[in-house]
Amino acid sequence: MSDFPALRLVPKSDTPLAARDFKTDQEVRWCPGCGDYAILAAVQSFMPELGIRRENTVFVSGIGCSSRFPYYMNTYGMHSIHGRAPAIATGLATSRRDLSVWVVTGDGDALSIGGNHLIHALRRNVNLKILLFNNRIYGLTKGQYSPTSEVGKITKSTPMGSLDAPFNPLSLAVGAEATFVARTIDSDRKHLTEVLRAAAEHQGTALVEIYQNCNIFNDGAFEVLKEPATRDEALIRLEHGRPIRFGTDRGVFRRPDGDLCVDRVTEANEADVVVHDAHAEGPATAFALTRLADADALHHTPIGVLRSVQRPVYDTLMAEQLERAESAHGRGDLAGLLHGKDTWTVV
Amino acid sequence: MTSQVDQSEAVDGSDGSEGRPGSAPPSARQGRPVKPTRRLDRVIIRFAGDSGDGMQLTGDRFTSETASFGNDLSTLPNFPAEIRAPAGTLPGVSSFQLHFADHDILTPGDAPNVLVAMNPAALKANLPDLPHGAEIIVNTDEFTKRALAKVGYAADPLGDGSLDAFRLHRVPLTTLTLEALKDSGLARKDAERAKNMFALGLLSWMYHRPTRGTEDFLRQKFARKPDIAEANITAFRAGWNFGETTEDFAVSYEIPPARVPAGTYRNISGNLALSYGLIAAAERAALPLFLGSYPITPASDILHELSKHKNFGVRTFQAEDEIAGIGAALGAAFGGALGVTTTSGPGVALKSETIGLAVSLELPLLVVDIQRGGPSTGLPTKTEQADLLQAMFGRNGEAPVPIVAPATPAECFTAALEAARIALTYRTPVFLLSDGYLANGSEPWRIPAVDELPDLSVEFATEPNHELEDGSRAFWPYKRDPQTLARPWAVPGTPGLEHRIGGIEKQDGTGNISYDPANHDFMVRTRQAKVDGIAVPPLEVDDPTGDARVLVLGWGSTYGPITAAVRRVRADGGRVAQAHLRHLNPFPADLGTVLKRYERVIVPEMNLGQLAMLLRAKYLVDAQSYNQVRGLPFKAAQLADVLHAAIGTLDAEETR
Repeated sequence: MSDFPALRLVPKSDTPLAARDFKTDQEVRWCPGCGDYAILAAVQSFMPELGIRRENTVFVSGIGCSSRFPYYMNTYGMHSIHGRAPAIATGLATSRRDLSVWVVTGDGDALSIGGNHLIHALRRNVNLKILLFNNRIYGLTKGQYSPTSEVGKITKSTPMGSLDAPFNPLSLAVGAEATFVARTIDSDRKHLTEVLRAAAEHQGTALVEIYQNCNIFNDGAFEVLKEPATRDEALIRLEHGRPIRFGTDRGVFRRPDGDLCVDRVTEANEADVVVHDAHAEGPATAFALTRLADADALHHTPIGVLRSVQRPVYDTLMAEQLERAESAHGRGDLAGLLHGKDTWTVV
Repeated sequence: MTSQVDQSEAVDGSDGSEGRPGSAPPSARQGRPVKPTRRLDRVIIRFAGDSGDGMQLTGDRFTSETASFGNDLSTLPNFPAEIRAPAGTLPGVSSFQLHFADHDILTPGDAPNVLVAMNPAALKANLPDLPHGAEIIVNTDEFTKRALAKVGYAADPLGDGSLDAFRLHRVPLTTLTLEALKDSGLARKDAERAKNMFALGLLSWMYHRPTRGTEDFLRQKFARKPDIAEANITAFRAGWNFGETTEDFAVSYEIPPARVPAGTYRNISGNLALSYGLIAAAERAALPLFLGSYPITPASDILHELSKHKNFGVRTFQAEDEIAGIGAALGAAFGGALGVTTTSGPGVALKSETIGLAVSLELPLLVVDIQRGGPSTGLPTKTEQADLLQAMFGRNGEAPVPIVAPATPAECFTAALEAARIALTYRTPVFLLSDGYLANGSEPWRIPAVDELPDLSVEFATEPNHELEDGSRAFWPYKRDPQTLARPWAVPGTPGLEHRIGGIEKQDGTGNISYDPANHDFMVRTRQAKVDGIAVPPLEVDDPTGDARVLVLGWGSTYGPITAAVRRVRADGGRVAQAHLRHLNPFPADLGTVLKRYERVIVPEMNLGQLAMLLRAKYLVDAQSYNQVRGLPFKAAQLADVLHAAIGTLDAEETR
């Protein structure tokens, strides 16, 4: 069991927990074959590893298919309103530092109606773990394009093709001063678990984009990353401190203008392959990594932790202000407050 | 000086007596005034000037002096929404009205006895409110050709006879201030800024106000700029001495302290009282206070105030928008805090969906709405009470929310405690409807002892509350208290009570998602029954003769003007009963009975008849509205006319 500095204030469990302890008696109501099942199973299996008390864990969600997630986790949970989970979780996490607070959201929930709350949670660096299930489609409202859908996508609301340029969620996150940005895939249980672990270890807001297959309205959206025939060219597994190499002979290089590009690795250029530094202070390389993939074909898609840096955590700073105020002025005295300075007495 | 002795509100007041020997103002520094003193029972002063002239500060200081002297008082700050409207223009005029008396008063007054006009715009904007005979003090230095032209004066009103009906004092305030500060070493521009303190000094002399508090205040305010502090104090004293020596001011006035119940008092504005009420509620509930808010006029002062009191464990969160403000407060409430969000009407519109969620989650939450003129951005700095129906119905689905409304600035304190009581007892969001007039207006407040305040302690759920068929114990998040219909409040961190709640309809008891038609019908009715069943004190009806046929019923900040109007009517021999609602949802249980006792029910409101509509719908009474939406409180005289007319109509019908 690893040590999780971000969970320092959360009470430890007296007895070891198992995945089954995190399952509820509720019937799971996602469509058969939905990628959400795999994510749920991975999260339920991973939670015992944190070693914290189940009752000190809270899952907060918005609205959408993914946002049903809390009902299936035997922890405290709230299924709130569309887009607002980061705001609600911020109030909870800042007032209860003894809790491990997780937000489950989707591409519509987090990036469309709730875009404002997402970016502000990221810049504040509240101690939240945000799992963004990105399936590039609206599922619960039955198949409209989402803010991550490709341009030209034919959906119920775009019979002639979508006109909207999509968001790149990780570019957005880096731009919004996120301290932890990662990406993983629903079907890769091992990688998903590794990324969850890194997120849990992080102090502050962690944004984890999970590519998730909607087999009803956008089936196969990430197939190119999963199929043995294509994934070698498509998928880049990032590991901190390691040269960024993928496929049989591919690597990531820095161009003279500073941007990143993909090229064949040869003996001559092997030393020039960019070494992944997730902890780099500046966000430039992390941002370039978020832009490496072809948005439509998904070729050269990095997964893993793109960025993980330390910055003061909002709820810690707020708690420190409270402590400072109390040590400077003493614990508040209500009678003294009500009296104030200018009074007069009538007998 | 009959203009200063309007007895209409002072039914037991004494008349002004001439030429009584003066008594010294409570300032040892300036010596005894040598001029004659007249005794008055009440005075209304209005300070008016440019937005940058410091009129709000001047009014605040005069108010503090008056409060510490022991007069009863009521204030009306009135300022533009623009921070600095173009100088010297009519839209840029900012004013502060103060009514003070030797007896209890209820309103900032209808018509000023004294107007201090710092420039032509201030004179022009405020002159229509002045009764003939009122005193006007003008800063003649500002009456330049250009300034006069800017507000459309073709001729100088100070010289064309148009002010003959008033007692005009021409004072070169700027020149006198500069003269007093010629040795201060300050630049002319900085010295000029002290002219409001010169005016305050003059008025302090005229009305025998204590001066020590203002001098201390100035030293503290400008602690880091002692030369500015001293310049302001010098200007303030020069103003006082000017009154004492110049022949233009022949008499000064004395308003004896008011007789009020024994106790320790302070002056307090509605927003400050409300802030203290929230802190007091959290202390009495032994819960941490969490405010999630987004700045909006006229509610921002509550955010400012609460953010100063972190040593009470108060967390203030300035959110990215109104929705996040209430969202964070609701999240904190889920975690066991007293969650509060503060806003004004447009913010309530944005928060509506989250209030609906709070209704469904059945968690305690306070939604404080400092109402202002609407619709849309409306009149941000002006008062109105047109959010009643928004608070009552402004959500999708059947989403009942209790509503509490304070009647006076000081009552904002008790209203906050009462709203917290309802929220915590019944596990529900509660609306607290104040308004811009209560928020910024102030009055003396008898400071309560902490142990007089209600005990709001709550019990969180700690154990399973339901026995299943197999004999095992389970936690049912929607199993209710049979008396209050409140559901248990089980906070994260409590072992064995893990549960999930959300906005989807839930099964009675278990809280599991349920789309069952009969269950939904039951849950909708149960949430309504919970709010309908909230214990609310009976309506207090003031009907001294016991045979009034007309009842005047109000809510919120109209209390002052309505009560003042009722006093006028009764002083004239009219019979009228009065009642005032502090609970708008649910209504007091006896409200219907009370309404039916009277032949005519008059409902004055600063909206187009929202309470009247509710009363007519619920009780089938022919409640009659009297409405104004001018962004200003009612005038007592107008309301008195309305009540006289209602009484007269009934009498005439009888004669026929």
